[in-house]
Amino acid sequence: MAANDIIQIHHVNFYYGAVRALTDISMQFEKNKVTALIGPSGCGKSTLLRLLNRMNDLIDQTRVEGEILFEGRNIYAPQVDPVEIRRKIGMVFQKPNPFPKTIYNNITYGPKLNGVPAADLPGLVEQSLRQAVLWDEVKDILDKSAMNLSGGQQQRLCIARALAMKPDVLLMDEPTSALDPISTAKIEELVEELKRHYTIIIVTHNMQQAARISDQTAFFYLGNLIEYNKTEKIFTKPDVKQTEDYITGRFG
Amino acid sequence: MNTNGMAGARLMRWRYLKQTIFFTLVRASALLIVLALGGILFHIFYHGLSAINWEFITRPPTHSMTKGGILPAILGTIYLTVGAVAVGLPLGIASAIYLTEYAKQGRVIRLIKVGINCLAGVPSVVFGLFGLGFFVIFLGFGSSILSGSLTLGFLILPTIIGAAEEALKSVPQTFREASLSLGVSKWQTIYRIVLPNALPGILTGSILGIGRAAGETAPIMFTAAAYFTAKLPGSVFDEVMALPYHIYVLATAGTNIEATRPIQFGTVLVLVAVVLGIDLVAIVIRGYMRRNKRW
Repeated sequence: MAANDIIQIHHVNFYYGAVRALTDISMQFEKNKVTALIGPSGCGKSTLLRLLNRMNDLIDQTRVEGEILFEGRNIYAPQVDPVEIRRKIGMVFQKPNPFPKTIYNNITYGPKLNGVPAADLPGLVEQSLRQAVLWDEVKDILDKSAMNLSGGQQQRLCIARALAMKPDVLLMDEPTSALDPISTAKIEELVEELKRHYTIIIVTHNMQQAARISDQTAFFYLGNLIEYNKTEKIFTKPDVKQTEDYITGRFG
Repeated sequence: MNTNGMAGARLMRWRYLKQTIFFTLVRASALLIVLALGGILFHIFYHGLSAINWEFITRPPTHSMTKGGILPAILGTIYLTVGAVAVGLPLGIASAIYLTEYAKQGRVIRLIKVGINCLAGVPSVVFGLFGLGFFVIFLGFGSSILSGSLTLGFLILPTIIGAAEEALKSVPQTFREASLSLGVSKWQTIYRIVLPNALPGILTGSILGIGRAAGETAPIMFTAAAYFTAKLPGSVFDEVMALPYHIYVLATAGTNIEATRPIQFGTVLVLVAVVLGIDLVAIVIRGYMRRNKRW
């Protein structure tokens, strides 16, 4: 429970109807670090990620037990507004999902509705697109539809769109699984760059990716947190046999 | 072996014959529909075209409706149709938003949906009587554009709710997630993202309702339509003539039914043209909205 932890999870269980998807998860996420969540499909890592910005609220008949503290405050307390939480904890999805609007309006959509003055918007657009290393590619076509961009560009636009809200935490749900290797490399470089200002939690199926870009790695299996440690340790000398089997490709 | 082969060949021939019969039947069915539509349109044009001239569409009827034009009825139908859409569209979209975006799926929702389907099956004359009892008498709107528009609006409500539900469901869930993940509220997400992307689809479905509102006779008979009035309506509380009712009157209760046959067909032709015209407006609006809207 270091002072540097921005998110702390205490004994969280999560249920889809009667099915338990997460069992007694307790872990912390350190500020300005990249944490990778790995594990085979259906292990609960995406579910956990979506718990952190209350996206699972959208699904009917789900139930959360336990506490998730963001900057010391339980985000599942009854008086907490999930909209408030999502302003501070942004998300990038598995498949690029820009709005069918112009590139410019994709970026300004969130800030505008959250009261950012109109005069600040052009600067914010440039800043966000530069942070997402997309500015040079799109600065002349800001008024064109975002749907015309390539998949990799669209995903960087989605990252820029999330950054425009100036969140504290950026959640990334397999952000490169729908992209080609070159686009993937660009996003990975970007993550490296972004962790100076943001806390990043990334779900990935790509073990090399986790090893390359993360500081901490958590391995999940069947809704349990099996092992959580420094990435280097997980990938060289894991404590648990299951972790070793998974990262060496013996199962999963 | 030989007999077997012959039996096999006979079987093949029989199967092939069955297939030919079946294909011919379905082809004939499709053809029949096209022929029926063509026949109706031809009949209307053949008998009605001679009645159409400038005076016919710009003058009120004269000589106990055996001469003159049908302008009050044209305007009346346009007012009533636009009024019905003005009532039905917002109400229908609002209901559909509740059903698809807000309500938790369960018994209550199923009950509401059954109710909407029942509403779609209610005969239009029942809507007319409901309008008479509720809008005309109870609310005191009298026989007027307002009463007629409200009655027609309720009549087309199930069509619009159905269309709007389908259109809202077809907006990708990822758009909603993206918007919500940016700290945007649910209502703003619906208003800014879901609805704009669903509107073209909603309009497509609503075109059916528009055609129905323009063409119905029974719901406006007791609530809005005048047998004859030469003056054009000045407010929503005025009675109006309407094309479908005018046709009904001329064909069944006019002063000289045989002599007004060309006027009857001319009026039918104008009604068809007005419905197509309103549809066209909806299609143009939809086309305008669809630009830049693809995913």
